Amino acid sequence: MFHRRQEESSTGAKGCERNVTPERKLCGAEDFTSRYARRYAPLVTMPPVPKSDKPAKAEKAAKVDKADKKVKSVKTESAATPAKSPFADVTASDATLRRFLHGLPGVDTVGLEARAAALGTRSIKTTAKAYAIDLAISMIDLTTLEGADTAGKVHALGAKAVHPDPTDRGTPTTAAVCVYPDMVATAKAAVAGSGVKVASVATAFPAGRAALGVKLADTKDAVAAGADEIDMVIDRGAFLSGDYMKVYEEIRAVKEAAGPARLKVIFETGELSTYDNIRRASWIGMIAGADFIKTSTGKVGVNATPANTLLMLEAVRDFRAQTGVQIGVKPAGGIRSTKDAIKFLVLVNETAGPDWLDNHWFRFGASSLLNDLLMQRQKLATGRYSGPDYVTVD
Amino acid sequence: MTSRKPNPFEYAPAPESRAVVDIAPSYGLFIDGEFTEAADGKVFKTVSPSTEEVLSEVARAGEADVERAVKAARKAFDKWSALPGAERGKYLFRIARIIQERSRELAVLETLDNGKPIKETRDADLPLVAAHFFYYAGWADKLDHAGYGPNPQPLGVAGQVIPWNFPLLMLAWKIAPALATGNTVVLKPAETTPLSALFFADICRQAGLPKGVVNILPGYGDAGAALTAHPDVNKVAFTGSTAVGKQIARALAGTDKKLTLELGGKGANIVFDDAPIDQAVEGIVGGIFFNQGQVCCAGSRLLVQESIQDELLDSLKRRLSTLRLGDPLDKNTDIGAINSAEQLARITALVDTGEAEGAERWSAPCELPSTGYWFAPTLFTGVTQAHTVARDEIFGPVLSVLTFRTPDEAVAKANNTPYGLSAGIWTEKGSRILAVANKLRAGVIWSNTFNKFDPTSPFGGYKESGFGREGGRHGLEAYLDV
Repeated sequence: MFHRRQEESSTGAKGCERNVTPERKLCGAEDFTSRYARRYAPLVTMPPVPKSDKPAKAEKAAKVDKADKKVKSVKTESAATPAKSPFADVTASDATLRRFLHGLPGVDTVGLEARAAALGTRSIKTTAKAYAIDLAISMIDLTTLEGADTAGKVHALGAKAVHPDPTDRGTPTTAAVCVYPDMVATAKAAVAGSGVKVASVATAFPAGRAALGVKLADTKDAVAAGADEIDMVIDRGAFLSGDYMKVYEEIRAVKEAAGPARLKVIFETGELSTYDNIRRASWIGMIAGADFIKTSTGKVGVNATPANTLLMLEAVRDFRAQTGVQIGVKPAGGIRSTKDAIKFLVLVNETAGPDWLDNHWFRFGASSLLNDLLMQRQKLATGRYSGPDYVTVD
Repeated sequence: MTSRKPNPFEYAPAPESRAVVDIAPSYGLFIDGEFTEAADGKVFKTVSPSTEEVLSEVARAGEADVERAVKAARKAFDKWSALPGAERGKYLFRIARIIQERSRELAVLETLDNGKPIKETRDADLPLVAAHFFYYAGWADKLDHAGYGPNPQPLGVAGQVIPWNFPLLMLAWKIAPALATGNTVVLKPAETTPLSALFFADICRQAGLPKGVVNILPGYGDAGAALTAHPDVNKVAFTGSTAVGKQIARALAGTDKKLTLELGGKGANIVFDDAPIDQAVEGIVGGIFFNQGQVCCAGSRLLVQESIQDELLDSLKRRLSTLRLGDPLDKNTDIGAINSAEQLARITALVDTGEAEGAERWSAPCELPSTGYWFAPTLFTGVTQAHTVARDEIFGPVLSVLTFRTPDEAVAKANNTPYGLSAGIWTEKGSRILAVANKLRAGVIWSNTFNKFDPTSPFGGYKESGFGREGGRHGLEAYLDV
């Protein structure tokens, strides 16, 4: 694998020497300072990228409490037409996309996991803990994705999202409830007027094994029912067989079908298996217009881990540095305790940075996590542990 | 503590409790199983580098005390060396277990006396100390199989002088193999960090180690010189500066003492353009800012391929801006205090020289506490082989960044130093790792990682970084008559 990357980049360089046009030379050598450009300059031409992160700042400034305005501001930035996309040349063909993805810096497994573990030793106490618990609650996509879901179950979940702790009305609401498309209308009614979003999985979740038309219909149906956010799954089969273009096109199509809804793209990292694959999938998602990149469905053996989330946080950090566009991250599945959630927030804080410490940019896909956060929150307030009978069972 | 831009997620102080360690107002020398005053009654104070608070008053060993200690060690040698290896192993296993049991106490003590973050003493120093004793305890009854023929014999009394950067770990590196092979020891800890060695003396008593097998002489360079020059010492082991190492080598010339030296370094960390960038940045940070750069094998020279210099330096600076400098006892502290005012002055002088010679200085934006000895993580760019900061060991949190164009140039620059202790190679290409490692003249070479230690792995230098190996099977040789 190492050798192939070397070969590719060296043939690319030769190709460049053979037909250097003045325009290309300028683009590759002078104006183009972005991170991965160097590897790609011989292959693709891209417009120069502004050095400052002003777009992101401007967007932050424009961010107001009304969440729908947030969505609009994001939309204007990330839903650029293909012609204007800085990655138009990357996605020009199967070959350019593959070369781009395979030219991303490799990920050293041992080093990545060691860094995630080291950040896991941060000691978050007292005021910092109180802040982190409230932040984590506000970032939860409270989820029920079961065959046995009923209107009653979804209604209860919605009530819990709006008032997580019946004993303390000051508890923040969760970011969203996450349900199957046929439950969107029910969920929407359950959280009406609260500011809690309704997210719907779509595109033949969790396997994603359906025809594109079915996936798009699934998406449109959810949006029509009122979903504010769509959680799609990528076609892992296409990704693993090397058909990156199919994955990319499908995300673009779903993005279009989702219209105003924010799009979360689930990679199912447990099935992609290697960190190099997770980094490549992250970039496909970001280039294709994802508003969030998300680890997993929660339906396979390995779901969100500190290491794969750290890697995706690095990806969104690098993407913003290169394009000015900020993208959210959502680890999902397997995060059950307050301790774990705080570790993820430390990863966010020290990798992507404080700009991501907001439920517009970071979410937890979880269900049982909420009760543990509530128990810890009660403990901080009262000084003693209550117990599972003092939080609601849903 | 740190002065980053206001962050809603500011970590609240999370200090490790000082109450777990009970530091006495004064300590004696540990000779023949007893704590005793110095013959001339001299004492010195040891301070906490992060607060300048006096921690304790410690007896200062002189020549007469060295005489006493060597005599005690000689007396203990016959019985100790005659013990079956399995019996010596039992003592070492017992010591290792006590260290594990008291590791929290020892970690806090080490942090107080040395200034390094509790995160490091807790997660690196103490686990490695225990691991070293466990490892050499295992060798004690297997020396026949170490590759030195049947029944290899110990040397006698070992005189050992250790530095202040890893006080207890360096003690473990010295004492564990010496005892396993049947030698007795007289050890002098550094004058700024005597306390953990004195706590170790207490552990020896707790373990019931026979009197005189381990003797601890806190003191200054004069005591070290007297110890290494003592005629009844059979083996000298020194870890410290190259200048002192040369003095010792001169003093020992013509004697039959066996000598091992582990001296300075100017390690090259070589980053090729196909390196895993995010992990390389972590490795560079760990390579030079671990223990405030006060590590002989620190990766103090970053050799980066010119084509990725900008992106790597941007990432590195961003990462350095997140380092948390402050109270070493705080569990979230990444960068602690410099060990002494003297060391701080040395670092400052070398950094000033670097600036005067035209290298471009960049320091992480962090506020330094008003008391104690502190130095912000710093890097120099635009450094060439001709700059002082590229040649002299700074022994502080200062990284010199040089560039190269080809693998051959990287190797040439990496080897172009009087030292040869450590090096790092960062590339995703396995064949390049092997090719470059074969050409580097350094005792320890890490690939796609840095500053990883293990008792099973021999450690030591080329050229002015010293000779002899510590750790692993190879570490036995220094203490055997082979």
